[in-house]
Order: sequence, then structure tokens, then C-alpha cells
Amino acid sequence: MTDKIVIENLSLTYSDGVESLRNISMGVRENAVTVLFGPAGGGKSTLLRCLNRLNDLTEVRTSAGRILIDGENILDPKTDVIALRRKVGMVFARPVVLPMSIRQNLTYGLELAGEKRKSRLDEAVERSLKLAAIWDEIKDRLDDPAIALSGGQQQRVCLARVLALQPEIILLDEPTSGLDPISTGKVESALQELKKEYTVILVPHSVQQAARTADYAAFFLQGELVEYDEGKSIFTTPREKRTEDYVTGRFG
Amino acid sequence: MEKTLNWREYVVTRLVRASGYSAIVFVALIFFFLLREGLPTLGEVPFSTLFSLRWYPIENYFGILPLITGSIIVTLGATLVAVPFGIGTAVYISEIAPRWMREILKPMVELLGGLPSVVLGFLGILIVSPFLRTFLDLPTGLTAFTGSLLLGGIAVPTVVSIAEDALDSVPRSYREGAWALGATRWQTIWRVTLPAAKSGVLTAVMLGVGRAIGETMTVMMVTGNAPVLAITPASMFSPVRTMTATIAAEMGEVANGSVHYHTLFFIGMVLFIISLVVNVAASSVVFRSKQRAERVLS
Repeated sequence: MTDKIVIENLSLTYSDGVESLRNISMGVRENAVTVLFGPAGGGKSTLLRCLNRLNDLTEVRTSAGRILIDGENILDPKTDVIALRRKVGMVFARPVVLPMSIRQNLTYGLELAGEKRKSRLDEAVERSLKLAAIWDEIKDRLDDPAIALSGGQQQRVCLARVLALQPEIILLDEPTSGLDPISTGKVESALQELKKEYTVILVPHSVQQAARTADYAAFFLQGELVEYDEGKSIFTTPREKRTEDYVTGRFG
Repeated sequence: MEKTLNWREYVVTRLVRASGYSAIVFVALIFFFLLREGLPTLGEVPFSTLFSLRWYPIENYFGILPLITGSIIVTLGATLVAVPFGIGTAVYISEIAPRWMREILKPMVELLGGLPSVVLGFLGILIVSPFLRTFLDLPTGLTAFTGSLLLGGIAVPTVVSIAEDALDSVPRSYREGAWALGATRWQTIWRVTLPAAKSGVLTAVMLGVGRAIGETMTVMMVTGNAPVLAITPASMFSPVRTMTATIAAEMGEVANGSVHYHTLFFIGMVLFIISLVVNVAASSVVFRSKQRAERVLS
């Protein structure tokens, strides 16, 4: 097992003066689910948004450090951001289906990447919807507007949309925060399948979800990486007092 | 204490309600007077004359077709100017401009919207029309095209401020969703943000058109005011006369109650109906898309 992503001394301050990440260093394993958890404002989302450079579009005052993906520093200004975002897909907390049909939602990214062949597109639609465990539910109405689906279905369409691009890394920012337990379960089990092929980084919406899904887990507090370990040990025998207090529900 | 409060509450509620209703009353009254003064035309002027091609009221030629086509051609031209410019500006302000630029641009656009149209007409006569005459080698610079350019300028602020509001209300998450898929800024704007703001942008266009149809002062000053039927592309570069300009120019010197007087009101009626249609169309577009959104959310 190698580290797919290596984060070295990453710090970031937003332009309103909020220090969001403080000297973070960690490695992310390939073909595993790595969970970033902790109370709100800990810097988890900020870190995710650094990994696909979505923070470029927010006002950031200072940032320092390096993020290496496959040995390449993606924070380098010369990085092709568009290609990076195809390689590092992202699913958001609230499902953001684009105002188009389900099929178009899925093919949009591929079309942007220049894929025109209908057979390839159809193939990608089916493959990615199956991976996201939603194919059977919606295969007969792919041309309906995506906004007409339920929240849980929309979120899985969003996941499928990311998968259609065949990324290498998938970032999920509280993907189940608005979903019912059944949909949540479907998404979580989809993740266990996905990790066989992809590197998955998840910001869970609860400690319980973190414990259920994590192969590796990192605990963030106020922009600081407090503890990073295998999921099994961090949720049962944490080394840090602060981690233990949070995991057992003493604060947060 | 309790009692005075109740009493005040009562008065204020009534006042607010009355001012709300007054809008309806005013529209109804306007329509009523337009009908009362305009409808007699239909009895006084034969249909064949009313829809003929000559507007020469002194010799009893009351053909309003040239005026209608004049208004339409100038408005169309103005729309062609105002829509791309207006939407372009709105997109720039809401999607691309850095914050400090936005803070300069927004008040500027609003200032432009508050500019008296006489001033624009003045600039039109002094600068735009002589320039067009020499540049395009026309016999006169006072043409439908000149009017369209200036009217477009007048409609732009309306389009910009409403379209910009609509774009602004598109959730940030939509844009991030598209970016995260590897869309460029332009692809995001064109395929995601604009379609999501479609109903607001359409409203902006419709209201811009409404503003252009109703505008009087500028067109009267720069379109040359020749009541000629304007239906060929060449009419764009010859003088035309609009309905609004006709009413403004002739109402002052017409004998009260004469056929001419009634015809001017009839023109006003036609204008009123056109702008009513534009507004109803605009709001029905918005209404329909809102209903769809509500259906989906429920």
C-alpha cells in the first residue's frame, strides 16, 4: 500500500482572517476510505477543497505547504486545474444536480472532457449509475429532469456523475447529511465497493458514520490535525485525550 | 395604552391596504379614460384609413400602421442592442468581476438607469447621429438605427440589474458542482448558471423591451419622425416615427375632442395593450417556472 496523496505542512487562512488549516501533514492511502472528522469549523471541508483546488475560487489570504498527488505538487500554479478536477471528483453535502436531465447530468462532465461518441456516453451512464447503486431505480427515466428525483436519489446521481469521469480520487463532503437512513446506508455500502478501485476521502456527518466507514481516520479540531490512525484504533483506543473526549461524546 | 395601540393598528392597516388597492384603481382608471377617448376613433375614422399607410392628420389621413411599424422596428433594434450587452454586463458583474470592480460597476449601472432620457437624446443628436451619417454615408443621421442604439442604452440598466439579481440568486453550490466536474468558468456560466437563472433573465429581457417600447423623449429627438412604413431592412437606416413620439409631439396642439385627438388616444390604447401583453407574457413565464419549482420541491 502506498500513499496516493501526501500533504506536507499545509496551512491556509481565509481572507476574512479565519485560520482554517494549521500546518497539516498527512498521507492518504490508495484503495481505502479515509475519514476526516471532527466538530464544525475544524478545517475538514477546507482540506477537501484544497485537494481539487476548489478553493481557488474562494478568497484565500495565505496558504503554504504542498499537496502531492502521485508525487506531483498540485498547489503549483502551473497545475492544469481542469484536468486535476477530473482526476479528483467531489460530491457535496447538498446534492447539486445541474438543471438538466438525469442523463445529461451524467454525461456533462464527459462532454466537457471532449467525449462525443454516444456509445461511450451511454456505457458510462450505465456503469456509473450501477456503481452508485441507483441504476435499477431510475434506468427507465433517464431523460426526466434530475431535479425531480428524491434527495437520496439526487445524491447518488451526483456520485454517479463523479464516477462517470473515472476519477482516481473521490472526495465526499458530508454526502449523507440530508439523507434518510436507508439512502445513507446505500451510499455507505457503495463507498465500500468504490474503495476497491478508488481512493476515497470522506467527511462524515457524524462520528458514528466515521466509525462505520473508516479504514483510516483523521481527527480535526480548530484547524489542527489532532490524531491520524487506522479507523479501528482511533475509535476504540485513541491516543489523544481530545480525540477520546470527542469520540465518546464529551464535547462537540 | 392598549386601546390606542389597537386604534393605530387599525388605521395603519387600512392605509396600507388602501395604497395597495390604489394601484389597481389607477390602472383601471387609465384604461377607462384611454378607452373613452380612444374608442370613438373607430366610429370616426374608417378602418381602411386607420390601417392605411399615410399619417397626415391635417388632411384627415390617419393611417397608424407606419407608427406601429416604426415603434416595432426601433424596439427590435433596441432589444438586439440591450439583450447581449445587458446580459453580458450582468454575467460579468455577478460571475467574473472581482469584488472591488463589482462595487464600482453596480452603482454606475444604476446611475445610468437614472439618467434622464432627454440627456441621452441630446447626446444622440450631438454625437451619435452625425457620426452615423458620416460613417455609414447616410442622407441623415436621424434614423431608426440611431434610435435603436440609444434606446438600447436606456434599456441596458434595466436588463442588467434584474438579470444580475437572477444570476446572484443561483446557489453557489451549482457553480461548485460544475467546477468540480472540470467545467471551465465559461462552460459553467453558459451551461449551468444562465439556464438556472433562466426565468429571471427572461423577465429582465421582457422588462427591458417594455422600457424600450414606452420610451418617448429620446426616440422623438433622434429618429427623424417621418411616418413611413418601416418593414424592410433598409428602414433601419431611414427616419421612422414611433407611436410614443407621435403622441408626445402632437397632443399639445390638437383640438380637444377632434378626430385627431381621439386617434392619438387610440394610439395610446394600442401602446397600452402592447405593453400589457409584454408584461403578462413576462410574468407568465416567471409564474410557470416558479410553479414547476414548487411542484418539484413539494
